[in-house]
Amino acid sequence: MYAFEYHRPASVKQAADLASQFEDSKFLAGGHTLLPTMKLRLAAPANLVDLGQIAELRGIERSGSTVTIGAMMKHAEVANSGDIRSSIPALAEMAELIGDPHVRNRGTIGGSIANNDPSADYPAACLALNATIVTDRRKIAADDFFQGIFSTALDEGELITRVAFQTPKQAAYAKFRNPASRYALVGVFVARHADGVRVAVTGAGSNGVFRVPEMEAALNLSFTPEALDGISVSTDAMNSDIHADAAYRAHLVGVMARRAVQAAASRS
Amino acid sequence: MSATGIGAPVRRKEDQRFVTGQGRYVDDFNRPGQAYAYFLRSPHAHAAIRSIDVSQAKAMPGVLAVFTGDDLAADRIGGLICGWMIHSKDGTPMKAGPHPALAQGKVRYVGDHVAVVIAETLAQAKDAAEAIAVDYDVLPAVVDTAQATKASVQVHDVSPDNTVFNWHLGNKDETDAAFARAKHVTKIDLINNRLVPNPIEPRAALGEYDPGTDNYTLYTTSQNPHVARLVLSAFIGVAPEHKLRVIAPDVGGGFGSKIFIYAEETVCVWAAKKVKRPVKWTSDRSEAFLSDAHGRDHVTHAEMATDENGKIIGLKVHTIANLGAYLSTFSSSVPTYLYAPLLSGQYDIPAIYCEVDGVYTNTAPVDAYRGAGRPEATFVIERLVEKTARELGQDPAEFRRKNYITQFPHATPVIMTYDTGDYAASLDKALELADYRNFQARKQDSARRGKLRGIGFSSYIEACGIAPSQAVGSLGAGVGLWESAEVRVNPTGSVEVLTGSHSHGQGHETTFAQLVSDRLGIPIDQVSIVHGDTDKVQFGMGTYGSRSGAVGMSAIAKALDKVIAKGKKVAAHVLEASEGDVEFKDGRFGIAGTDRSLAFGEVALQAYIAHKFSGQELEPGLKEGAFYDPTNFTFPAGVHICEVEIDPETGVAKIERWTAVDDFGVIINPMIVEGQVHGGIAQGVGQALLEGAVYDQNGQLVTASFNDYCMPRAIDLPSFQVGMTVTPCPSNPLGIKGCGEAGAIAAPPAVINAITDALGHEDIAMPATPQAIWRAAQKARMPMAAE
Ligand SMILES: Cc1cc2nc3c(=O)[nH]c(=O)nc-3n(C[C@H](O)[C@H](O)[C@H](O)COP(=O)(O)OP(=O)(O)OC[C@H]3O[C@@H](n4cnc5c(N)ncnc54)[C@H](O)[C@@H]3O)c2cc1C
Repeated sequence: MYAFEYHRPASVKQAADLASQFEDSKFLAGGHTLLPTMKLRLAAPANLVDLGQIAELRGIERSGSTVTIGAMMKHAEVANSGDIRSSIPALAEMAELIGDPHVRNRGTIGGSIANNDPSADYPAACLALNATIVTDRRKIAADDFFQGIFSTALDEGELITRVAFQTPKQAAYAKFRNPASRYALVGVFVARHADGVRVAVTGAGSNGVFRVPEMEAALNLSFTPEALDGISVSTDAMNSDIHADAAYRAHLVGVMARRAVQAAASRS
Repeated sequence: MSATGIGAPVRRKEDQRFVTGQGRYVDDFNRPGQAYAYFLRSPHAHAAIRSIDVSQAKAMPGVLAVFTGDDLAADRIGGLICGWMIHSKDGTPMKAGPHPALAQGKVRYVGDHVAVVIAETLAQAKDAAEAIAVDYDVLPAVVDTAQATKASVQVHDVSPDNTVFNWHLGNKDETDAAFARAKHVTKIDLINNRLVPNPIEPRAALGEYDPGTDNYTLYTTSQNPHVARLVLSAFIGVAPEHKLRVIAPDVGGGFGSKIFIYAEETVCVWAAKKVKRPVKWTSDRSEAFLSDAHGRDHVTHAEMATDENGKIIGLKVHTIANLGAYLSTFSSSVPTYLYAPLLSGQYDIPAIYCEVDGVYTNTAPVDAYRGAGRPEATFVIERLVEKTARELGQDPAEFRRKNYITQFPHATPVIMTYDTGDYAASLDKALELADYRNFQARKQDSARRGKLRGIGFSSYIEACGIAPSQAVGSLGAGVGLWESAEVRVNPTGSVEVLTGSHSHGQGHETTFAQLVSDRLGIPIDQVSIVHGDTDKVQFGMGTYGSRSGAVGMSAIAKALDKVIAKGKKVAAHVLEASEGDVEFKDGRFGIAGTDRSLAFGEVALQAYIAHKFSGQELEPGLKEGAFYDPTNFTFPAGVHICEVEIDPETGVAKIERWTAVDDFGVIINPMIVEGQVHGGIAQGVGQALLEGAVYDQNGQLVTASFNDYCMPRAIDLPSFQVGMTVTPCPSNPLGIKGCGEAGAIAAPPAVINAITDALGHEDIAMPATPQAIWRAAQKARMPMAAE
């Protein structure tokens, strides 16, 4: 790790000011992605703006058909939230599948979404639950937010404050873990909303998280695992590494999608 | 059996300090004025070094020194050595290339040591390392084990085709004759995957030099501090043996990787004198992946011949063993004398012939890793036996039983003479515990759920308690493999045992104390075990190859016998009886047929006050030492049965049941033994399902972190059914065989035999990852749908 300046603002405004004041700065949330990269000397921000003391970035609220989660909420807090368990159990279950207890008690929803790791779980939840990413400047629909591997719609110094999820009628997340890292080798989040089904896939795509329109169309007609028979994703768009080549990943997308539909459909 | 004696499940004495964070590992030691070393490592698998410019680095803040291979050479510091000489079939000695602690003109693997920076802080050392300018001429790399000798790339000048040795064992003519008259021949091709050892504590070294006394001290993560001192002084030449103190304090696991003498510890001792400051290096996990000696990495073709009665009559094995870029300390012995002599397994095989080609590649050195050679042998024989049984249409358990050795001692055609065992007893018990009888019903049930269930056996044997010095000497070892012990009885009757064994997780502070408690009849908390410091323990060979019980404790037992004999003399004087009438029993020295007796502690006090005898009749004091050199290897053996259920849709193999029945001879502490079995199985399952070091064709380690290198987790394992059978080892005074490696040896073939049973074909390699199994399951016949 190289030396850096450490800042600890108490409000969103202060954080945004610090970020604009220092060109070479990074927000620090749970640090579970940023700090390892710095330790390996792969990232070297001159200034770290720690978001840990900002009360505005915390909290979980339920209003109407929306659940809003503060950017600094940890995975364990989402997993254990009664509000989320009762409104979107699939989201709580997804959070519970992230990493290990250490990771879940440090890593945050805001950090995960801002980072947009192609194997992270939250991006799939955001797409499938038609989320809105709220920043200190604007609101961004999830469909516009994720722009390829480690790339998002966020501008320089833009701060995620909250994420608002649309409560589905039925939803489930089926994750096939990378045996080593426990990130998603393939994760499929399926959500049935009043205005249609959304199927979002993480871990598999060579360009990051994506939706599968063919599956959504089929599931709009019949929300059953069998409706997915014969639908496959192209291996061309799949990631390939030592753990899973494109063909295996494409196959797993189908398997996990069926399992997610099965689980969602059996939910009252 | 007393509550703390042999056979008692005594809680580990050392765990209080370990689980409360009070352990002291090398990195916990900080010496006044300590500086930090950081090694610049090669980013290339193979490159000539045209030049190294350290001038800018030397001028960086906090930098005390920057050293390269030239500086070591100028001080006549020798290279690292391989301590076991292997001769090729044609009688020529193995081709050992130079192994400098810091590169001289060439780097040979990613992570090879190029230069070292010594600075006030680690961060400053790292910053300076980035400022070292190395002009590399990058060369093509040879990585693939099977192709190493065919590559145009040459790793060492001494070995034009990258061959280290072409070694063989056994009788080729007899084996060929057996195959000529065979009714059936089964063939198999196997890869024994390369593993990264990953002890929880990474390696570390702290060197210190005292100019007043000209003494050096090295704190190091070693399984054998005396061997480290011997090699560092006699071969590498960093300091004279009597001037070098090596301390291996609490060590957090080794699995073999901390046997070896590495570049970093060499450099830290040497540099401490150069910069006149203590110098510390602690590996981070990334460095550990790159530079700890790896394990396994064999490519094997093997054939088994059977006669018309289904008896095994011959075995032929050809193995290519990847030794990496340099010959690590014991690397040459692992795929040769620790491997081929175990190829007979538990079976009566009249003719065996094995050829092993050791090869260089541009990868990290490969050396002993939990089991060292024996897991590789067991994988060959147990996969082959299983496949043979299947091809002959025989039950794999009964096929094994039919071929078991039943008469002991039994001389195999590959050096070993097995002393004792009852393999069928272990098999029977394992079949019972595994509920083998109802396996078919469970398989049907799985099939109804669309799952593939399989069962796999592993009837393993290993050679532990290494080893008779004469025997290993005749096979090329540079050292003897005895062990030493000294028992110091204090005037108050408490006892300190100094042992040449080293505990790095095994629990010696408990088990060794149990032996003393048992023999002397004193409470276990009156005993302390001292190890890991060359200033305290005179000499010792260390801990590896499950030798600490069979060899290390035998040395203690021998010294205890001497203590008791001396105690009898003392008691005879005090009790005014003749020595021949003194008996020692239940912690008391008594006169036979009388009620006159003295407690052990009373005798100890009398020995030191020496009021009842003069120094002419009997020396005061109560302290005895012993060296114990074993007369044979020991042969732990057992049967492990693994049952898996495969989800053919995803390729996930879940281990549903694990049965282990082991014969470790006499057991000192069943709780610790079970722990060793559990850990060993976990490591073996890791090899079979999860772990595999992968280099790309340029020699970059792809699995260089836990993100990609998959270690076994609790969730990957079932609850183990562990059973024991006991045939005491006849060759040592305690009847111990050793248990440290058994699980890791037994497990891989058990898992793969279960998976291949489930799949209905043999085509799967380790690690059998979900992807690999999914692909293999495409070829498998699908389960019959239940009516
Ligand atoms: C061993 C391990 C296993 C893991 N397994 C999983 C897994 O299974 N699934 C999974 O999804 N993830 C996994 N993770 C990632 C983890 O869940 C975190 O979500 C992730 O590290 C990012 O969150 P963080 O709070 O730690 O962010 P940080 O590391 O602090 O920050 C990450 C990036 O986001 C930026 N950032 C942070 N907060 C904001 C904000 N509010 N607005 C704008 N930018 C921001 C930072 O500047 C930085 O660039 C794992 C991590 C580890 C170390």
